[in-house]
Amino acid sequence: MSAAVILLILIFLLNESLSIFQHVSVSRFINDASWHPQQGLYNITPMLSATILSTVGALILATPLGIASALFSYFYAPKFLATWYRRLIELLAGIPSVVYGLWGLTTLAPLIAQLHPPGVSLLTAILILSLMVLPTVALTVEAAIAAVPASYLQGAMALGLSRWTSIKCIILPAAHSGITSGILLATGRAIGETMAVLMVAGNVVQHPHSLFDSVRTLTANIALEMAYAMGDHRAALFVSGLVLMIMVLLLVFMAAFFKRKPAYV
Amino acid sequence: MKKLGQLTILILIAAIVWGYFKPHSDQVAMSIEKLVLTGSSTVAPLVAEIGKRFESLHPNVRVDVQTGGSSRGVTDTRTGLANIGMISRALKKNETDLLSFTIALDGISIIINQSNPVSSLSKQQIIDIYTGKIINWHDVGGNNAPITVVNKAEGRSTLELFLHHFELTNTQVKPHVVIGDNQQGIKTVSGNPNAIAYVSIGAGEYEAEHNIPIKLLPLDGIGASVSNVHNRSFPLSRPLNLITSKQPGGIAKTFIEFARSVQVNDLIEAQYFVPIAN
Repeated sequence: MSAAVILLILIFLLNESLSIFQHVSVSRFINDASWHPQQGLYNITPMLSATILSTVGALILATPLGIASALFSYFYAPKFLATWYRRLIELLAGIPSVVYGLWGLTTLAPLIAQLHPPGVSLLTAILILSLMVLPTVALTVEAAIAAVPASYLQGAMALGLSRWTSIKCIILPAAHSGITSGILLATGRAIGETMAVLMVAGNVVQHPHSLFDSVRTLTANIALEMAYAMGDHRAALFVSGLVLMIMVLLLVFMAAFFKRKPAYV
Repeated sequence: MKKLGQLTILILIAAIVWGYFKPHSDQVAMSIEKLVLTGSSTVAPLVAEIGKRFESLHPNVRVDVQTGGSSRGVTDTRTGLANIGMISRALKKNETDLLSFTIALDGISIIINQSNPVSSLSKQQIIDIYTGKIINWHDVGGNNAPITVVNKAEGRSTLELFLHHFELTNTQVKPHVVIGDNQQGIKTVSGNPNAIAYVSIGAGEYEAEHNIPIKLLPLDGIGASVSNVHNRSFPLSRPLNLITSKQPGGIAKTFIEFARSVQVNDLIEAQYFVPIAN
């Protein structure tokens, strides 16, 4: 059923972008001088690199923090605090992305502009994205830890292992597969995020040379230009959608690959 | 039970696919009068809104709005493919065979942060800033701070008008930030003391009056305001016109009169254009 839906989406994307492939070769989407679709220039690689860099950056920040947050609320926090802490994280996961974007644009971007103008940049996008995927990582990792049989921990305690040793050597390896799929879930969310990134990334189509350069992601490109696009311009936007879809599909296959590996313990 | 569920889903998919590919059956009801408008993508969203309100007042009329640029509007009006054309400029000299009816005015203003000491920029200075020849406010009489150039995304009518007025192409512009709608531009400039952007004049004036820290720069010595667009003295503006090939009659005449009346001023202002009727 879901396979059929994905197939339909793919057919739709291909169908919409077909009109441009008839007279613009695929290589021009990689080799053109820039992205100026109204002047017939269709290079989408800067947006691809922006999407990958912002996603990877967000994961580098959010993964250790998310795991630490899960360990804190499951093992270290007193029961009362842990309950409230978990509620807070769940609330964080429920905040609409546009709210994060607005906060980023009006609060975070001016702060970063004091460091290095223009403020809206790859760094701002990474910070906002990591804030957004942090709850996803924290909640899935905590669920994965909770799924580790209690007997493992009891056994570790009986052996007289310290709390940190049993977490490091028993709990985390046992929860390994759940943690990986949580990270992949967060990756999917970071790649697909549109509104917040659109507001804080600056949206200039360029390969970033530093963290303070403004970038445009594939999703932001579609949201920014679709409303007024016609003809080839519109079809070119569907090509960016197609590229995005392929990226997500690769990610899903990767997730399936990791899942197949048996748990360490 | 499971089979039944699968069957339902199959039928649903089939219905969606069929709905997607089926031919439009507009010709079924013959009593319905159809008004076709084609042309500028700037005017089309506004006319589509006006068309919706017109349809609710005249239930037997269907207003069909299609985009394709001002030149398509001219061609379709001449060939009769469209009852009314839409153009986001005045008629050219070789288009005097057509009649034009202005429904609204479109103006854009250059905005900078209120804390910026610069109070005016010449046309050449604006061109140099947007093409990256001037990169510091110091060179135009401001603070020693790098300029953040804010440009609009491709396809926006404000971008088109801006480029047309300053005789630039979008490849020449060297932006630091690209934005979508006016609000995003206003937020960017109000949060960054060294930014320069351009937005629809209606949106800019409204926000500046409501204590948002931006200021609208005058152009060629003429203040950027809705009233100066209205009296057509502000240079960075253009008329939004409906055009016909002959003196309109019947439903086309009613529609044009409706689009020029005060009854649609709220729709015009909602799209940050300047209405002409009062």
